[in-house]
Amino acid sequence: MSAVISVKDLNKIYQGGFQALKNINLDIHAGEIFALLGPNGAGKTTLISIICGIVNPSSGTVLADGYDIVRDYREARTAIGLVPQELSTDAFETVWDTVSFSRGLFGKPRNDAHIEKVLKVLSLWDKRDNKIMMLSGGMKRRVMIAKALSHEPKILFLDEPTAGVDVELRREMWEMVRQLREQGVTIILTTHYIEEAEEMADRVGIIREGKIILVDDKARLMQKLGRKQLTVHLAEPLQSLPATLDDDALALSEDGYGLVYTYDANQETTGIAELLRALNAAGIEFKDLHSRQSSLEDIFVDLVHNGQPAPANASSAGEV
Amino acid sequence: MKLNMYSIRAIYKFEMARTWRTLMQSVASPVISTSLYFVVFGSAIGSRMVEIDGVSYGAFIIPGLIMLSLMTQSISNASFGIYMPTFSGTIYEVLSAPVSYVEIVIGYVGAAATKSTILGILILITARLFVDYEVQHPLMMISFLLLTAITFSLFGFIIGIWADTFEKLQIIPLMIITPLTFLGGSFYSIDMLPPFWQTVTLFNPVVYLISGFRYSFFGSADVNIGISIGMTLFFLAICIALVWWIFRTGYRLKS
Ligand SMILES: Nc1ncnc2c1ncn2[C@@H]1O[C@H](COP(=O)(O)OP(=O)(O)OP(=O)(O)O)[C@@H](O)[C@H]1O
Ligand SMILES: [Mg+2]
Repeated sequence: MSAVISVKDLNKIYQGGFQALKNINLDIHAGEIFALLGPNGAGKTTLISIICGIVNPSSGTVLADGYDIVRDYREARTAIGLVPQELSTDAFETVWDTVSFSRGLFGKPRNDAHIEKVLKVLSLWDKRDNKIMMLSGGMKRRVMIAKALSHEPKILFLDEPTAGVDVELRREMWEMVRQLREQGVTIILTTHYIEEAEEMADRVGIIREGKIILVDDKARLMQKLGRKQLTVHLAEPLQSLPATLDDDALALSEDGYGLVYTYDANQETTGIAELLRALNAAGIEFKDLHSRQSSLEDIFVDLVHNGQPAPANASSAGEV
Repeated sequence: MKLNMYSIRAIYKFEMARTWRTLMQSVASPVISTSLYFVVFGSAIGSRMVEIDGVSYGAFIIPGLIMLSLMTQSISNASFGIYMPTFSGTIYEVLSAPVSYVEIVIGYVGAAATKSTILGILILITARLFVDYEVQHPLMMISFLLLTAITFSLFGFIIGIWADTFEKLQIIPLMIITPLTFLGGSFYSIDMLPPFWQTVTLFNPVVYLISGFRYSFFGSADVNIGISIGMTLFFLAICIALVWWIFRTGYRLKS
């Protein structure tokens, strides 16, 4: 696959000496949805800002759509649309005017049909004559997305696009992002909702303290680092594990009703059959079985905090 | 170098839209306040003053008053135009757009200069209601008007980037431009000052602008017209160099 963005040995040292990016190397493939994950202050916005021309790099090079972002900034930036993390919009302009302004600013001739399409996709068409200050926060965010799409970019950066957006709208935005991908737009998004990355991304990059610590296919990442867990719900509580069942992979829940077995789903033999036979042999009756796979969140939390693959646990996907 | 007209037009249109939205503040109020000067100094006091170089006092103060409005309005229009987006954060879009610095400056400074030129012409027309005057060199007059509007809009642009508070935004027009204009011969001829102050006055750059502008009206002025034109172009060059430096280094615009 060809790289539509290619970051080489990129460093950023802010005035005051803080190094926000440390030797970043990253290729984004054409047509993919790439999720950049990382805790607060990891350097996500800094990286995006450099690629988009808002922050000066300290050293290193970035090619966007094949063009150097400094030397051939016109060509590079023409290809890029940016929805920044901070909600900053004009107040007194109408939605229509501000989106049309963006198109002109990016050097494109007027095209009302395109603006109309973008506003309709983002459910802003009814609001086109409203002043921006009269819109809600979620609508303002959509206005910023409309501005980024107004000039038909090949590459779209979404820096936390769904922060402060309600659940239904978030689903709609995911749908929109997928449609854009189908039209061939490459999408790079940051998010604190791991669920979002899990749902949408083709590939995931994890950044911590200014360093990229991992880049991989989402599916492969989840398979490689994911663990499965089988919980056996017992009919009668156990005080302790019988000696015949003593195994590192097996744990008894506090109330004694749950037996939790952690295994690697990629292995030939998972050991589930043996476990169930052993339970029978020990005369332990069970009512129910349920298994779950560790989520991207589990993997993420572990990578960021421990640098270790995750064991599955009972937490559900949510905000990090 | 090819200029991207769509980008320039977008910025220019956006800035002009801001003017029309704030018509009262950006056009009507300077016209009204300048008219008050004409009423007070031109008609009321002026009728009791002697002529200066054969020009009635009411007419004599017109070029200076227009220059005063032109300079302060150019600065405030342009500084506000670029300060607001840096303050609100919407500047991200301009910085991430495929526009060159030259295009950004043409858009912002062009709009600010247009506004203040329109204003200058409006004041010129309004003045006719209060005092009689003639413009001897209309082409030169318009050139001075435009050149001053552009130079001070560039200067305002620089202030708008330099300022990181609203206070700083207003301090230069208030603390520097207004005093320099009042002391720059808006209301008197430099000849009327004692010799020592005449020399001091020559260090005031605004003197050259007002003097040159007045020459285009009445065919006579404090300072040689060639020097006035030279100095005006010199200020323009300084401002262009400063703007060029700001963009070269990304000063205050990019971290
Ligand atoms: N203009 C600046 N000057 C100095 N330091 C900065 C500047 N902008 C960001 N930083 C620092 O750089 C680091 C990375 O910031 P950045 O905004 O890129 O993080 P992030 O990954 O986007 O975080 P978040 O998830 O909170 O948005 C932080 O420690 C931040 O304090
Ligand atoms: Mg960020």
